[in-house]
Amino acid sequence: MRTLFLLFALLLALTPARAQAEGKAAAVVLDNAGQVAKPSRQSIGPVIDALAASGDPMAAEILAAWAEKGLAQRKSDGVIFLIRPSGDGWALRDLTGAEAGIAAKTDMTELKPNAGVRGLIQTALVQFTLADPDPARRAEALTAIARDASAGHLEPLRNAIPGESNPVLLAQKHRLERLLTLRFDPDSAARVKAIESFGADTGLDLRAALTPLTTTRRAAFDSPPPAGANIARALIPGTDIPAEEAWDILIAAGAAPERLSVKTARDALIANIANGEVGGVKLAALNDQAARDRAYTALEAAGAVPPAATEDEVAATLARYHFYDLYTEPEPAVTTAASAALSAISTRVGAMQAADLALDAVSLASIYFLAAIGLAITFGVMGVINMAHGEFIMMGAYTGYVVQLIIPDYTISIIVALPMAFAVTFAAGVAMERLVIRHLYKRPLETLLATFGISIALQQLAKNIFGTQARPLTAPAWLDGQLAFNDIIAISYIRIAIFVLATLFLCFILFVMKRTRLGLEVRAVQQNRNMAASMGINPDRINMLTFGLGSGIAGIAGVAIGLFAKVTSELGNDYIVQSFMTVVVGGVGNIWGTLAGAALIGTLQKGIEWLNPSNTLAAQTWMILFIILFIQFRPRGIIALKGRAAGD
Amino acid sequence: MKHSFFAKNPSVLLFLACLALFTIAVTVMSEAWGLSLIPTSFVKTLGKTLCLCLVALAMDLIWGFTGILSLGHMAFFAIGGYMIGMWLMYARTEEIVILSLANSPLPATPEEIRQGITSQIFGVVGSSELPPIWSFAHSLPLQLLLVLLVPGLLALVFGWLAFRSRVTGVYLSILTQAMTLTLALWLFQNDSGLRGNNGLSGLQNIPGLGQTSQDVISIWLFLASALALALGYLLLSSITSGKFGSVIRAIRDDETRMRFLGYPVESYKLFVFTLAALIAAIAGALYYPQAGIINPAELAPIASIYLAVWVAIGGRGQLWGAVLGAALVSLLSSWFTGGRAPDLPLGFYTIKWVDWWLILLGLGFVCVTLFAPQGLAGLLQRLAGPLTPRRGGAPLGPDPGALQEKEARE
Repeated sequence: MRTLFLLFALLLALTPARAQAEGKAAAVVLDNAGQVAKPSRQSIGPVIDALAASGDPMAAEILAAWAEKGLAQRKSDGVIFLIRPSGDGWALRDLTGAEAGIAAKTDMTELKPNAGVRGLIQTALVQFTLADPDPARRAEALTAIARDASAGHLEPLRNAIPGESNPVLLAQKHRLERLLTLRFDPDSAARVKAIESFGADTGLDLRAALTPLTTTRRAAFDSPPPAGANIARALIPGTDIPAEEAWDILIAAGAAPERLSVKTARDALIANIANGEVGGVKLAALNDQAARDRAYTALEAAGAVPPAATEDEVAATLARYHFYDLYTEPEPAVTTAASAALSAISTRVGAMQAADLALDAVSLASIYFLAAIGLAITFGVMGVINMAHGEFIMMGAYTGYVVQLIIPDYTISIIVALPMAFAVTFAAGVAMERLVIRHLYKRPLETLLATFGISIALQQLAKNIFGTQARPLTAPAWLDGQLAFNDIIAISYIRIAIFVLATLFLCFILFVMKRTRLGLEVRAVQQNRNMAASMGINPDRINMLTFGLGSGIAGIAGVAIGLFAKVTSELGNDYIVQSFMTVVVGGVGNIWGTLAGAALIGTLQKGIEWLNPSNTLAAQTWMILFIILFIQFRPRGIIALKGRAAGD
Repeated sequence: MKHSFFAKNPSVLLFLACLALFTIAVTVMSEAWGLSLIPTSFVKTLGKTLCLCLVALAMDLIWGFTGILSLGHMAFFAIGGYMIGMWLMYARTEEIVILSLANSPLPATPEEIRQGITSQIFGVVGSSELPPIWSFAHSLPLQLLLVLLVPGLLALVFGWLAFRSRVTGVYLSILTQAMTLTLALWLFQNDSGLRGNNGLSGLQNIPGLGQTSQDVISIWLFLASALALALGYLLLSSITSGKFGSVIRAIRDDETRMRFLGYPVESYKLFVFTLAALIAAIAGALYYPQAGIINPAELAPIASIYLAVWVAIGGRGQLWGAVLGAALVSLLSSWFTGGRAPDLPLGFYTIKWVDWWLILLGLGFVCVTLFAPQGLAGLLQRLAGPLTPRRGGAPLGPDPGALQEKEARE
């Protein structure tokens, strides 16, 4: 050891500047070998700081090795080496990095600093990693600091800024430096400046940094609050906080006795039963609270039970104290700036949430539109309630599932499934119209029942074929994920795809209805069936085609819904009532009406969910109530059909 | 009035006689008072079926006679059940709590008893306060009043809103369905105060009758259900056979014409709607003590549609048809879905009725709608054609169920 020391001394004496720094870390370790070998959290700080400040390129390696159990002390002379496993023993390097042979494991004592010390070492290491030549390591270090920041990081971070060459990392470092400044800087003016420097920023990290600054705790004082206290607001028991809570604060502060709870009183009474009575009151009479209170007071007077505060005493004590919300952060300027910044942030976040909500509402509206448009066509043109419409949706979803079983490629299978679903449900719709509904045109109420019969039969049939468990209908990979505008406004690609699909269908149906021969005939039959028939239109054929078209669109809606919902035999149930609502609210027999209905119901549902986010059930309840009321005022829907057909 | 009510309506006496015979037969064969030929669980099933027949009568009044296809009357049925269930559960829990507190060294205070009941009933939904809607649950008369008041007022308000804005036909059906769904969704929430989707349970234990065996209780409830059905049948047949019956049938056949003739159509419809809701609520209040449990799933819109199915299969516009349909379909339904029906091997495939019953019911229902719009009652009447007097003459309304000329003259 002495030779080593001499060697170091020689090196120190001979080499200027850099060489001088090179030995410094080793020297620090040498000077504090005892502390290094058995570090304690309280006293090791200066040693670590000295190592970190030494400027020695070995310092980082020594610190890292220390934290990772890579240092060992030779038992014979107490010299500390860097170690790495080599065969049965350790390969040694001295603290300047030079190889120093191999030692048996039994000759060395590994240094195992405890968690607290390791934490200190890691903090000290930050400045080295922040200046690491590898940008990936620097980025890692930044993330680590952002995740678990402490006051000690501020200084190294500031030092690391001037040397940063990567512009992205530089920006990150600047942002992190401001975030740390506003939390840990000793100078409150600098903190306020840092808070204000964020301006219109709404980042989650900023909110996470600001929120702790504005946390409060409740406290009570019988005299004016201490000078250093940073008061958020004064509280008056009974108006600002309940008296019970104020009393609890006093109990916590040790300024008041526990309240006499019903249970403690009861236990005390039971403990003092003597000769069939308690405190002079007969046991049998103790079956109401007033009698028990009398008994307890009697016991209190006899000194058998601890005194408990009566209501008057509680009120008097409460009146003597002043209650405050105190900021845990002592600096008023900082808390004021932080609250102002937070309230500005919450305004902006609110606006963004509204935008996000609007996106959600649009996507929900497009789902409802897809589900309801088929129903609107059949209901509007033929006056037929198709209770099996939900089952057509389910049928479409199962068609998509079966197609995926045959074609494994998700993209192709979706492209095949859409027309397949249309074809299957079109056929089913036409068959149902020919076999059942045709006979019931004069009895519209009974179509409701007949189609309901078909609906339960189809549902059970699907259950028999596909089982009760949910079947997956997987979206292609390019529909995964979401389009995020920022950390609040985001919409998944599937919902965008459904929106596009709904728009396409709106255009398609508008085109068919307004620009084709079929559409003309459909509108004619809708307006006046007999007149249309006498003009040479075959109403039976039109009814059949319309019903098929409506059912086919339900099938396509089924594929779209199956992409994000689970495909079960009860899939249709979830949408049938909503679809009816959409059609009825929108106005029967009008595509724009259905669109308006879907938009109204989608927006309403999302809006109510936003007001009461914990409870979607309540949202649906309120929505249906609203619809029932709405129908009171516009029984024929938003866009009422004009003409003979509306005359009934 | 030239003839007495029964002389004009011989079918009423016939029906009451059949019901009385059936009731006596079941009582004699029950485990409690007779030959122990019918197990208690089946007595309960029969009692429940009688309640379903009663609600089917109400449905027949509103749909078969007035032409309003309400898809909400099972909701009133369930509300009636909830109202009686609240008392059953509260009083039963009170007994248990008092019993358990009797062992403690101090006699219990009313407050402690309330606390005990609350934590027993609402522990599952994590609430420690007795919700305000349970304020009357301690008293049987008050709660019995609520059995009538709550569904009655709900039907009155809803019907008033709907009929006043002239919501008719399928719109009204959808609206009533929406009302049912709203109620079900509301009840599904834990903070509705009715134990969310746990529902109310243990209703088969009648408070104060802890020593009485279920055999006896089931027979008493069965008899009560039979009595309610008989009274309901009498009430409805007297309503539908008189002048009032003619008016509501006329409303069914041509509402606009009735309005122009000066009849307050809305008031008639509102009365029928509310009366049907009251009958449904009474049926529910008798049904759920026999079922033992009620939860929001009982309010699902599908239940009301099944009600319509029973009435349609049995025969609309015929009171005994509705009873027949409800009894037949609900008993068959429980027979098929209970797994007691034998499988049907077809060689290549074995039909398990548990899986295929709903398909059979659905298709059968389509066939009834298409080929026998008057239901089984219509078929039976056609078979028994020569026995009933041929009234002849043209129907007075467009619907085949309308009064015919001779019938109207009587």
